[in-house]
Amino acid sequence: MTRLLPNSVDETLDLLTGGRYVADRSLATALYLALRLGRPLFLEGEAGVGKTEIAKVLAETLGRRLLRLQCYEGLDVASAVYEWNYPRQMVEIRLSEAAGDRSRESLGSDIYSERFLIKRPLLQALEPDPAGAPVLLIDELDRTDEPFEAFLLEVLSDFQITVPELGTLRATVPPIVVITSNRTREIHDALKRRCFYYWVDYPDAARELEILAVKVPQARTELSRQVVGFVQKLRKVELFKLPGIAETIDWTQALIELNQVALDPKAVDDTLGVLLKYQDDIAKIRGSEAAVLLDQVKSELAAAGRHA
Amino acid sequence: MPEPARAAERPTSQGRLVDNLMFFARTLRAAGLPIGPGRVIEALRAVETVGLGRREDLYWTLHAVFVNRQDQRPLFDQAFHVFWRNPQLLERMMAMLLPSIGRAEDEDGQEEVSRRLAEALRREGPEAAPLGTPGEEEDEVELDATMTFSDRELLQKIDFEKMSAEEMARAKRLIAVMRLPIMEVATRRFRPDPHGRRIDMRATLRASLRAGGLATLKRREARRRHPPLVILCDISGSMSRYSRIVVHFMHAVTNDRDRVFAFVFGTRLTNITRLLHHRDVDVALDLVSERVEDWSGGTRIGHCLAEFNARWSRRVLGQGAVVLFISDGLERDADQVLGREMERLHKSCRRLIWLNPLLRYDAYEPKSMGAKAIMPHIDDFRPVHNLTSLADLTSVLARPGQRRMEGVSQWMQQRQA
Repeated sequence: MTRLLPNSVDETLDLLTGGRYVADRSLATALYLALRLGRPLFLEGEAGVGKTEIAKVLAETLGRRLLRLQCYEGLDVASAVYEWNYPRQMVEIRLSEAAGDRSRESLGSDIYSERFLIKRPLLQALEPDPAGAPVLLIDELDRTDEPFEAFLLEVLSDFQITVPELGTLRATVPPIVVITSNRTREIHDALKRRCFYYWVDYPDAARELEILAVKVPQARTELSRQVVGFVQKLRKVELFKLPGIAETIDWTQALIELNQVALDPKAVDDTLGVLLKYQDDIAKIRGSEAAVLLDQVKSELAAAGRHA
Repeated sequence: MPEPARAAERPTSQGRLVDNLMFFARTLRAAGLPIGPGRVIEALRAVETVGLGRREDLYWTLHAVFVNRQDQRPLFDQAFHVFWRNPQLLERMMAMLLPSIGRAEDEDGQEEVSRRLAEALRREGPEAAPLGTPGEEEDEVELDATMTFSDRELLQKIDFEKMSAEEMARAKRLIAVMRLPIMEVATRRFRPDPHGRRIDMRATLRASLRAGGLATLKRREARRRHPPLVILCDISGSMSRYSRIVVHFMHAVTNDRDRVFAFVFGTRLTNITRLLHHRDVDVALDLVSERVEDWSGGTRIGHCLAEFNARWSRRVLGQGAVVLFISDGLERDADQVLGREMERLHKSCRRLIWLNPLLRYDAYEPKSMGAKAIMPHIDDFRPVHNLTSLADLTSVLARPGQRRMEGVSQWMQQRQA
């Protein structure tokens, strides 16, 4: 089922909500611009704040195909754009030699036809699709090196790719592009300039509670409130890696699996590994620090409850 | 799919908007955001697409177009609120507005941002051209040529601490032309190479078609490239004589190659990479001394390393960096922090080399609390007190380290012998 692109910021917000993604209006604005003006959306932010999720939700709610390109250092054309199917090409050469039915020129043009082309995500994204242009997710761009970034520059501005043996392939309808970066390195301005930029921040308590209600509906209100309160407090402590929304969701699910209806110091200590991913951080929080934070959360929630 | 035409069809009653957007963009540009005329057109299209219904939408629309780094956000935020509160009055009210920006932000501890914005607003106008004085490079070349070989020979061995002002100046010129070869590591990219270890299928097939039938195999080899280099330099009081010359060295290295990151620390850590990118060494050094506030003060190595590990390590050590740690290891409050942070630093990089000026004394023993904490976590240990020792670095960096702590164990053996 293909849906039309949203016509206003409000519709964009509805679209995301429909895909069970709780978004700020600011994010919806940037996304709406990207969709309307056919430019990539560049999402930057800490790990686990839901950057990748946006592309997935977008593909799902719009009924488009999702093409994902996971970046890594040394990512090259052969694994990102296209590669020739060498074994098949060789078999073809051998067969035609045995049969002796083709001239060398016609064999040359035959084995460099699309039949022998293995298409990787970037090239697939340029192909026409009956469901509408696909969503192309270029994930963790900061992990690649500068040469690949420079290559991307051309693809993203003209939506065309040149295969020397075949010629230039051009998208009839440009794909919806979402680029994410964890900011382990600064992406070059030239690339960012072609995109709409958005910094995905940690959500505030109210927003995080909303997200939990959508993502872990079986969690009881009391538990959700305590979890969110605790995580929000934790983000103010100096840690090497702050917990993201993904961790909050994981943690809540873990606590439910352990049949916890509310947080207590022992449960926090036992499950801290779900929330924090570095031994130093865990050692810092485990025990007394966790108990102090938990007490604060509980007394604040109690105070809020009396006011209500 | 997006239809940009839709926006263009709309009647254009946006004369004021264009003016305001242009003026706003100029303000941002003067405040240091990299905004060209193309962006203004982009902003106009974006605003037309979203519409001017809500102030919040205008904010995020312009934000999506004009901002492309997170640290530009506070500047944009202030500019937006000042500007769109009453843009037509801005020019007249500029003088009155300025103090209020300053006051409002004092509490937030963001005076610096406000100052930049305030300066930008004040400078706004046709005469607001970037300042910059071109260096006199001809002079330098001439002086360089006058230095004879024996002069240089002598200069090589003088301790930086004992150099006269004139000798220092000459040493600095020698450092400026210094090159630092770093060993290269294999990447995952390839180049054609007739003696390569891998088969290049694509080239093989193309060649065989040309020759008819499967011909000789073409080969390829991994491209090699130097890993990033991170320099951490101590600028505390005990290092003052050396740190100034080391900053010259950092400037030469930074301008020689890409992927070099330079930091200085005393009581706090400062990233000076961008400042050193200025070609003219004097301008670069002026920028550095303006920016760095803890020259020749106390030392808090552990604290500064902790800051480096928390804020920068993921960003600059990502691709197997080599780290030069330049310090005398004299730490005021040495406790477990220094050892712990040093260990983390060591574990996050390819190679950690400690350059210590105190090593010029043959009898040097790493006995101070700081040195004791640092020693277990380094791969190599070298002096850095004269030009020769700086040049010697080349031999260490040009080849890959065989194993962890290689240089340190060698040094230990020499001491025992």
